[in-house]
Amino acid sequence: MSLADTATLRTRVEETGLLWGLVGLVALLSLLPIGRLVVEGLAPGGQLSATALGKVFASPATWTATANSLVTAISGTAFAVLIGGTVALLATLTDIRARNAFTFCFVLPLMIAPQVTALAWLQLFGPSSTLLKLIGMAPPLGSRNPLYSREGIILLLGLQYAPLVFLTLRAGLRALPKELIEAGLAAGASPLTVLRTVVLPLMTPPLVAGIALCFVSCLGNFGIPAFLGIPGNFLVLPTLIYQRLAGLGPGVLSEVAILSLLIGVIAMAGILLQDFMMRRRDFRITTTSSAARPFELGRWRAPIETLLWTFAILVLALPLLGLLSTSLIPAFGVPLNAATATFGNYAYVLFEHAASKRAFVNSFLMSAGAAILIVLICVPLGYFIVWKKSRALRLLNLAAELPYAMPGVVLAIAAILLFLKPLPVLGVSLYNTVWIIVFAYLARFLVLGLRPIVSGYLQIDRTLEEAAQIAGAGLPRRLATIIFPLVAPAAVAGALLIFLTAFNELTVSALLWSSGAETLGVVVFSFEQGGDSTYASALATITVLVTVALMASTTLFAQKLPQGVLPWRD
Amino acid sequence: MARLTIDRAQKRFGSYIALDDVSIDVEDGEFLAVLGASGCGKTTLLRQIAGFDKLDGGAIRIGDRLVSSSEQHVPPEHRKLGIVFQSYALWPHMTVAENVAYGLTVAGVRDPERARRVAAALDLVGLNGFAERRPGMLSGGQRQRVALARCLVTEPSLVLLDEPLANLDVHLRASMEEEFSRFHKRTGTTMVYITHDQAEAMALADRIAVMDRGRLLQLATPSMLYREPANITVAGFIGDGMVLPATVLSTPRAGRCKVSVLGVEAVVRCRPDQAVTDQAKLCLRARDIGIAPSGREGLSAMVERLSYQGGFFRLEARPAASNDLVLHLDAAEPAPAQAGDVIRISIHDGWVIPEAGIMDKAA
Repeated sequence: MSLADTATLRTRVEETGLLWGLVGLVALLSLLPIGRLVVEGLAPGGQLSATALGKVFASPATWTATANSLVTAISGTAFAVLIGGTVALLATLTDIRARNAFTFCFVLPLMIAPQVTALAWLQLFGPSSTLLKLIGMAPPLGSRNPLYSREGIILLLGLQYAPLVFLTLRAGLRALPKELIEAGLAAGASPLTVLRTVVLPLMTPPLVAGIALCFVSCLGNFGIPAFLGIPGNFLVLPTLIYQRLAGLGPGVLSEVAILSLLIGVIAMAGILLQDFMMRRRDFRITTTSSAARPFELGRWRAPIETLLWTFAILVLALPLLGLLSTSLIPAFGVPLNAATATFGNYAYVLFEHAASKRAFVNSFLMSAGAAILIVLICVPLGYFIVWKKSRALRLLNLAAELPYAMPGVVLAIAAILLFLKPLPVLGVSLYNTVWIIVFAYLARFLVLGLRPIVSGYLQIDRTLEEAAQIAGAGLPRRLATIIFPLVAPAAVAGALLIFLTAFNELTVSALLWSSGAETLGVVVFSFEQGGDSTYASALATITVLVTVALMASTTLFAQKLPQGVLPWRD
Repeated sequence: MARLTIDRAQKRFGSYIALDDVSIDVEDGEFLAVLGASGCGKTTLLRQIAGFDKLDGGAIRIGDRLVSSSEQHVPPEHRKLGIVFQSYALWPHMTVAENVAYGLTVAGVRDPERARRVAAALDLVGLNGFAERRPGMLSGGQRQRVALARCLVTEPSLVLLDEPLANLDVHLRASMEEEFSRFHKRTGTTMVYITHDQAEAMALADRIAVMDRGRLLQLATPSMLYREPANITVAGFIGDGMVLPATVLSTPRAGRCKVSVLGVEAVVRCRPDQAVTDQAKLCLRARDIGIAPSGREGLSAMVERLSYQGGFFRLEARPAASNDLVLHLDAAEPAPAQAGDVIRISIHDGWVIPEAGIMDKAA
């Protein structure tokens, strides 16, 4: 064999090796956990048996929680669609001013952890509301906080996920060719008629996609029903699983596996619906025209702007003020004034409380580690998916969506099942360590990194890579010297999304944490459950500050990003 | 230096045949242009030579080395050739010098040798003051020069140029054309130049390969291509040729024969083996015909349109004998006729398209 042929062979080995390594990795992260869960549901403890299945299905708690889950998820989605849809139409199609600032404020609740949202709203209402006391409007002592209810959960789910509907609808509206609107106007139709007869019918696919996404998110949400539902014993499936798992007994793992499969099946129905609607989108004629010129609101502009901003402030600023005010009082119930205000709670959670201090380090390292690892996986993965059009990887692209599309508890239970016993061959156990959480983060947030990186690839002229190939550079070198620098902005955006989401999450770690492996979400949750609302508020305030600061920092490199990669950027 | 041998290359995309039995021999040091309209397969051919796609049939050799066949495929990074891309493909995150140095770095060439060669390459394209600039700060012509320097710094034996002038202003093209030509003479590198612009191809190439719908229509020197198109498609494509049905009346003598076209007789060029036939096709160019001097016989035609071209008029005329044909011819100022006038056209030159080229069109 000649020298050149050896080089050719080495190139082929490198490329196939990398490809199959990635295939294996994605399968390990996405297919293995879900597969393990299904096996547990069918054959608990390794033996084909319907005992656990019968036990779960015979329990009235199962069906109460399922009904509660469906009611809150459907109602929460309806509420989110109403708000998110209206705001998307107003903010995308009309000539309101300060669109960027408004988008940032409106999308911000999505980036704040649900448990923090729940905590903040709890601080806003109720007899002990520091803020209401400040203006002398607190309800009498002993009365119940109105948010501890089904309606409270629906309200907060709707507010939390309205930005999700807003984002999908806005993306759809932006892809709408302006000629279609202009043709309607030229035919003599009023803007409202065009909206009703042209825009809205065409927006059905993104709207349905948004609804499905919102439904799955509401269904899988843990933070809001945990904070608002558990005190009033109003349980949904994720909180039921949490409670069952906390009262660990024989066979409980099989039971929660079946419960999480139940959520998985309901979520799957939503995903399939979305998939069906997304496929319809391909039939549309797409033109490469610029976005439609905004409708002029004329004398309605000021009132509508006021309305939008009032709403944004109501759902964003007021609860955060509630959170802030509670974090500044020495003990829950004490009114806030110049004499009582203190930073003691902050000092306590930052410097004194051991678990809280650990949680900062854990959450930071795990989120940053997951973000970096996922980017390192997704850059070569995106290369094969977008440019090599490998069929195996296109299937895996779908598989990578699975752990994120599934509610977080499903993945958490799957991770427990996978790692409860020590790893085969190595004999090391990941259970009760931070590594089980890191694994779950990698699996769950992989797709958060993959999506921006894939759209980054789609914007790069492939000849840039081909030029390097012609210059003699092999794939590893091309990845390091050409491809990575070119997709870097998108990769950074993806990493930031992962970091923010993981830094704030509770759903996964609530089931996977152990002493020494606490996350910020877990500590906020246990402070609140233990009645320490002031500490919980202080810690939550800090996470909100970190989140907002990181989001704002993206303005530094936003110009280099493909549009739509960062949800909060217009 | 290397010759490039493309032997019955085939490439399909699904049921679409992008390359249909294309065979081209490029001599060592030759400048070959591949000419064709978009979608003719010329870019597919380039990607096969470069190795970006795999061949379905046939073979490609660079020098003596088999690089592509249906069984064997040497990846682009091991083919040791250079490409100048239409989009230039300069890496935006590197300086001009880093762009040019990349191939040397990959090949393991280190400073000071590398720096010396980068400086020499930049000097050659007249960009020695630009080493530390980013590509984004350069004009189109400067980017093209950087791309050229990057391609040539590793001294490849074969250089592929993919429509390198397509994105440049008209006035820049002429100077870049000159630059390519100068380069080719100085380095003696084998060059394959992909273009849709026949003027560019004619000005630069030693030989031109004309492609259409995945097939090679003719491979010849620019002059042969213009004077003796091998088939109807090439005749119509190169130099705006008109193709008319004709009857060959005499066997050729000294490369010319007598033909009858639209009822008028003329003496035109033909192949030495041209047979007498009434199924011939005649290729005419605007400069081959003119308005007959008064009193001479000619082809009767009605002028449909005049357009001023600067110094002369282009006339479009429909012959009385065949209403579905349009002839175009040039006439000096002042306008010799108006739209609606009937003129007589004389034919003083032309080319009888070889029989094989007529069959080809029918197939």
